[in-house]
Amino acid sequence: MSAPDARVRYLLRLGDTSLVLGQRLGEWVGHAPALEEDLGLANLALDFVGQARLLLSYAGELEGSGRDEDALAFLRDAHEFANLALAEQPNGDFGDTIVRQWLIDTWQLQLYAALSTSTDERLAAIAAKSLKETRYHHRFSSGWLARLGDGTPESHARVQASLENLWRFTGELFAPDAVDEAMAAAGIGPQLAGLEPAWSALIDADLKEATLRRPAPQPFPWHGKRGVHTEHLSHLLAEMQQLPRSLPGARW
Amino acid sequence: MYHISGKSQPPMYTQALDQQGREPSAAPESPEQAARFQARVDAEEKIEPKDWMPEAYRQTLIRQISQHAHSEIVGMLPEGNWITRAPSLRRKAVLIAKVQDEGGHGMYLYSAAETLGVERATLVEQLLSGAAKYSSIFNYPTLTWADVGAIGWLVDGAAIMNQVPICRCSYGPYARAMVRICKEESFHQRQGFEIMLTLARGSEAQRAMAQDALNRWWWPSIMMFGPSDVASRHTAQSMRWKIKRFTNDELRQKFIDVTVPQAQFLGLTIPDPQLRWDEAAGHFEIGPIDWEEFQAVLRGHGPCNRERLEARRAGHAAGEWVREAAAAHAAKRAAQAAA
Repeated sequence: MSAPDARVRYLLRLGDTSLVLGQRLGEWVGHAPALEEDLGLANLALDFVGQARLLLSYAGELEGSGRDEDALAFLRDAHEFANLALAEQPNGDFGDTIVRQWLIDTWQLQLYAALSTSTDERLAAIAAKSLKETRYHHRFSSGWLARLGDGTPESHARVQASLENLWRFTGELFAPDAVDEAMAAAGIGPQLAGLEPAWSALIDADLKEATLRRPAPQPFPWHGKRGVHTEHLSHLLAEMQQLPRSLPGARW
Repeated sequence: MYHISGKSQPPMYTQALDQQGREPSAAPESPEQAARFQARVDAEEKIEPKDWMPEAYRQTLIRQISQHAHSEIVGMLPEGNWITRAPSLRRKAVLIAKVQDEGGHGMYLYSAAETLGVERATLVEQLLSGAAKYSSIFNYPTLTWADVGAIGWLVDGAAIMNQVPICRCSYGPYARAMVRICKEESFHQRQGFEIMLTLARGSEAQRAMAQDALNRWWWPSIMMFGPSDVASRHTAQSMRWKIKRFTNDELRQKFIDVTVPQAQFLGLTIPDPQLRWDEAAGHFEIGPIDWEEFQAVLRGHGPCNRERLEARRAGHAAGEWVREAAAAHAAKRAAQAAA
């Protein structure tokens, strides 16, 4: 893979993760457990769609084939998407959504902090902006993790089960491949292994506050960032992409 | 706790929010208090939460403000229906922000209602039980993307006509909430019109989509202003109290006069063969409104009445364990802090 191709691929991973998570969060709007959470989840959705727009636009420009953010979002098939498999997991109940969010927030706190010193200045600027948003996201998700974990016996049991279910998708976060290594070598992205200790420490601190147990490591067969997805992504895309694909070339 | 009385005649969006239930009694605790109160209202002074007010004034406001709040909350559903299917990322972001604004409006309005001595939880229970009503316009379905444009253009446009005068409502907290809400609504209205404009200038399929949305949303939007003045029972008292500044028909006419030229600009046809410009009156004259449809939707027989309430109930029920957990957690923290 050439260096420019790797960089496009890398940006798509970041942008697709934000897009797919933003899409999932958008499903909540109007249906959350309380009005404040409706507004909070909508805020998160907006931030992630905003990040996706910046990242996908940049990827499209670097790619140089005339694809803009919408062509990349709406006209690629599931196997071309490079989001983390964690991001595409269904909303489930509020606890499932919070755990998914918290795992991604804790990860993005490390990732965006590292990317904000990227040698790619445009990516560094996007990361610095996203890092500010991620701090708020993490306050929201870790706050709810603590309320649910250290709430009632029912909420504790439910959110522990969510954690056990979703933990397997964290394997992908620190499993580097050729793209990650090329980006690290170019000073564009971090060494993934280097992010793990701080992530792990934050996970443990938040879990302690929430009186939850850290699940055992689990073997991980899905690498969404390499285009190997769970069954859920194609359904998500079918809904998201239907309208632009039904009227090719239309302006909206 | 105060109670919203009467179910007989639920409201349309804001203007007709005072249409429900029996005529509020204007009989106050004493004639002197009533006279002083009316003098303050007449002098355009704002009535604040701790001021004396007639009980019927309080009840009318609780009913109107809470129904307005419920309308914002239920109104999140028809547009929220298109968040996951918005056809571009920019449209998706704008729509999420818009639906979020509506939730925010609901929050300010519940807060304004709370200043009158009623709790939000009580009001929400009244919505979920069906005792309180919300705007009937949200009982119509959003079938295509153009409906998102039509709602912004027509429904928010009608809401602005209704709500701008409420910025001068005699009750201070409601008036102040409306100032902010109206600013956001007019932004939404422009966004909706811009969606319609893009579709109207698009492909044939897109123009057809826009026309179809106008066909379905025009009359319900016209009905948003509530019954005609001859049939409206509460207008006089609400106008004396300066809760309401214009009659339903005055506002409806204003909306029609503003909106018909916009439809012409879009190159779309208003679905009313009797629509004509009345040169002498200086107004557009419309054909007869189907008040039977209006009444049927109010009575719960609109296309989506069941679905809207069911969605609110399902969200509330699914969130019960979450709210319980938050309360239990807060109690634990409070106990730790006290120890």
